[in-house]
Amino acid sequence: MSATYLDYNATAPLRPQAKEAMMAVMDAPANASSVHSYGQHAAQKLETARQQIAALADANSESVIFTSGGTEANNQALRGFPDHVIITTPVEHSAVLAATPEALLVDVDKDGLIDLDHLENLLRSYRGGALVSVQGANNETGVIQPLAEVVALARQYDAITHSDAVQNFGKEGFTGLRESGVDMLSISAHKIGGPVGVGALLVREDLTIPPLLLGGGQERRRRGGTENLIGIVGFGAAAEAVRESGTAWLKQLRQCHQKLEERLISASDDAVVFGRDVARLPNTTAIAMQGRRAETQVMHFDLANIAVSAGAACSSGKVASSHVLEAMGAGTLAGETIRVSSGWASRPEDFDRFAEIWLQLQKNPL
Amino acid sequence: MKIEPKTNPKNSLGFNAPPENTRVVVAMSGGVDSSVAAGLLVEAGYEVIGITLQLYDHGAAVQAKGACCAGADILDARAAAAHLGIKHYVLDYESRFRDAVIDEFADSYLRGETPVPCITCNQTVKFHDLLATAKELGADCLATGHYVQRQLDEDGQARLYCGADTSKDQSYFLFATTPEQLNYLRFPLGAISKAETREHARRLGLKLAEKADSQDICFVPQGKYGDLVRKLRPGAIEAGDIVDTTGKVLGQHEGVIDFTIGQRKGLGIGGRGTGIDENTPLYVVAIRPEHRQVVVGHKEDLACVEVVLRDINWLGQGAMIGRKVLARLRNTAPAEPAEVTAWEAGAGGDTGGGSAVVRLLTPQYGIATGQAAAIYDRKDKAWLLGGGWIAEAKQRMALDEKQSS
Repeated sequence: MSATYLDYNATAPLRPQAKEAMMAVMDAPANASSVHSYGQHAAQKLETARQQIAALADANSESVIFTSGGTEANNQALRGFPDHVIITTPVEHSAVLAATPEALLVDVDKDGLIDLDHLENLLRSYRGGALVSVQGANNETGVIQPLAEVVALARQYDAITHSDAVQNFGKEGFTGLRESGVDMLSISAHKIGGPVGVGALLVREDLTIPPLLLGGGQERRRRGGTENLIGIVGFGAAAEAVRESGTAWLKQLRQCHQKLEERLISASDDAVVFGRDVARLPNTTAIAMQGRRAETQVMHFDLANIAVSAGAACSSGKVASSHVLEAMGAGTLAGETIRVSSGWASRPEDFDRFAEIWLQLQKNPL
Repeated sequence: MKIEPKTNPKNSLGFNAPPENTRVVVAMSGGVDSSVAAGLLVEAGYEVIGITLQLYDHGAAVQAKGACCAGADILDARAAAAHLGIKHYVLDYESRFRDAVIDEFADSYLRGETPVPCITCNQTVKFHDLLATAKELGADCLATGHYVQRQLDEDGQARLYCGADTSKDQSYFLFATTPEQLNYLRFPLGAISKAETREHARRLGLKLAEKADSQDICFVPQGKYGDLVRKLRPGAIEAGDIVDTTGKVLGQHEGVIDFTIGQRKGLGIGGRGTGIDENTPLYVVAIRPEHRQVVVGHKEDLACVEVVLRDINWLGQGAMIGRKVLARLRNTAPAEPAEVTAWEAGAGGDTGGGSAVVRLLTPQYGIATGQAAAIYDRKDKAWLLGGGWIAEAKQRMALDEKQSS
C-alpha cells in the first residue's frame, strides 16, 4: 500500500464512520423485503441511509434509487428514455459515453467547458425530445460545468436533464437535486469515503423512470434485486460524515492544491495545469510534465510509494491516453498528464512529498 | 571494530553496488522464461520491477467478442509478479506495435518476403521503447528471459554469445541489438538450460512452471498469417500464376503472400497435363509480387551462394569486411561458413545501418528475403557479431536470365 494516497477521484479510503456502521449490520440476516422482524429491522436501516443520502443531496428520500454504483445509475438514467435524443459532452466519464454511443456531443473549450451556444442549437433541433446529460465536475481535471445554465436552456426546450455528479457530490460546487433543478443525478458511495459497489440515481418525484434491472420490484419498482444493505448503510454513514464535516476541510484542500500548483509551475517550465483559470473542484489537479509519458510518471510515483493516476485504467491496468484531455485539444499533453486528487484523510505533507518526487523525476534521463 | 570496504565488489549483474541498491526492470511476457528471470533476480536480492507490454488487443486478435483487451499472458505475468512480491506494470504499446511490427509484417509479405516480426519487435519495441522507459525509471539495467549470454571482453566491452542451451539459443532474434543497448541489457537465463529454468520455476512456486512454450507469432491467431495479412491489407492480395523456371504456367494461386521460398507442400499443382514429373519434388524458388508470380523449380534452383544484407548491425570489434564468419540465415538452420566480401556504410556509421555482401562457402537452400542473417565469429563460434536483413538471395542459376531468354 502506498504511503501517500492522492487518487481520491478513483476511490477514497473508507471513512471510519462508514466502516463502523457496516460492521454493526453485518451479522444479522438483512433482506429489507422480508416480513419478519429481521426484514423490518433491515428496512429501517435502509430508510435511515436513504434519508442520510437525501440530506446531503438536497433531495426527498423518495427520489433515491440505490444502485450498484455510478455506472449503473448513469446507465439507468440514459437508457430509460429510448424515445429521446441524448445530448452530452465528449469529456464525460466512460460510464456515460459507452452507455450512449449514439449521443450527440456538444463542443467543449480548452478547459473542457461546455459550449452553451452549441448546446442551444442542438436543443432547438430536438425541442421536446432531448435528454441532456452533463457532468457536475470532470473526474480528470475537476473542472465544474455551468449546470445552472445547462438546466435553464434545457427547460426552455423541454428537455430532460441528467448530471453525472459522482465527482462533485459532497464537494464544493454541488448544488443538489432540488436547487440545481436537474431531473436526475448519479452519485457513488466510494468517492466520498463509503464502500465500493453502491451508488444511487436520484430522480425528481414527477419523473417516471423504468427499471434497468427487472426483478422483485424493490426501490419502488425502479430497481430489481435485494438491496445491498451493508453497502448502503456504509454509504449513508459516509454521507452523514461529509455533512457533519462542514466545508473547512475542502477549503484546506483547495489551499494545498493551489500551493502545489504554484510551486511546480514556478519551479519548472514543463509543468502545465489544466483548467487553472476556471471553476474547479477543490481536490483535483491535472498536471502535465511536458515530454514525459504519463504512464512513466505514474510508475515513478508508485515506486516512490505515491499513488496517483492518469487517463482511464483498463482492466489489465494499462494506461491509455486521456479522451478528456484529447477532447480539450491538449494534443500530446493528453498522454503526459497525471491526476492528483485528494480527500478527507489527506495531509499537507502529502503534497510536499508529491512535489519533491515530481521535481526529482524531471531530472531523470528522457 | 569492523572495517567497511571502500569499494563494493561487483554484483552478479556487474554493478559496483549491493543488489538491493540495484534497480532492474524485467520484461515479463507472462511465459516461464521471463518469470524465472525475474524470480532469480529477486532471490539474488535485486530491486526488481516487472513490466509487461500490451502489444495488441487480444480480443480483437482472436476475434472473440467480449474477450478482455488483456490476454491470458498479461494476467499470468501479473500473477507471477504478485507471487514474487515485486512491482508490476502493464504498458500500452498497441499503436507502436501496430505501426512498427504488424504493418511492417504485412507489407513484407506483400513484397514477396518472409518476415521475422519477433526481431522487429525486439529492435523497435523492447530494446528501444521499453529500454528507454527503464532508463526513465532510474533502472540500472533491463533484463529479459532470452537464452543468450552477455560477457565482457578484456577491454570491458560487452559481447553477445549464444545461450548455453543450444536447443533454445535465441541469438538469431537478437542480431540487431546495438552495442549501446547491450551495455544496458542483462540475460539471467543465458547460462542455464530450459529444463533448469522449469526446475527453477517449480522451486520458486510459480504457477506457470508447466506452461507450454509459445510457438507461433504472438499476434497471429492459430498461425494463420495469411488470414491476418488479408484482413490488414484488403484488396492488396491478387491471384496469379504458378510458373516453372522457364516461365511456363503450371497453375494458379490466391496470392503470393501464401508462399515462402523453399516451400514444398501446398503448391496445388501437379497431375496430368502439367508435364511435371511427380517423383521430382518441386519447391518455391522465387516470388515475384510485381508479376503476381510464384516460381517453382527443383532443389538445385534453390541453391544460394551469396546474400545481400541491409540495415546491418555490427557488434564485432574490428573490420567487418574480409572477416571469416559463420552465417545463420534462418533461426532453425545451422550457422555455416561465410565471408563478408563487400560493405557499404549506412547512416549509422561503422556499427550500424549500411549494407553488406556475404558469400556462402557452401550453398544454402531455401533462403528467403525478409529473413535475418545472424553473423557469428568462425573461431569463437558462439560469439554473435551482428547481422542484417536479407535483401537479396543470389541463386547459382540466375532466374532472371532464364526468364528473359
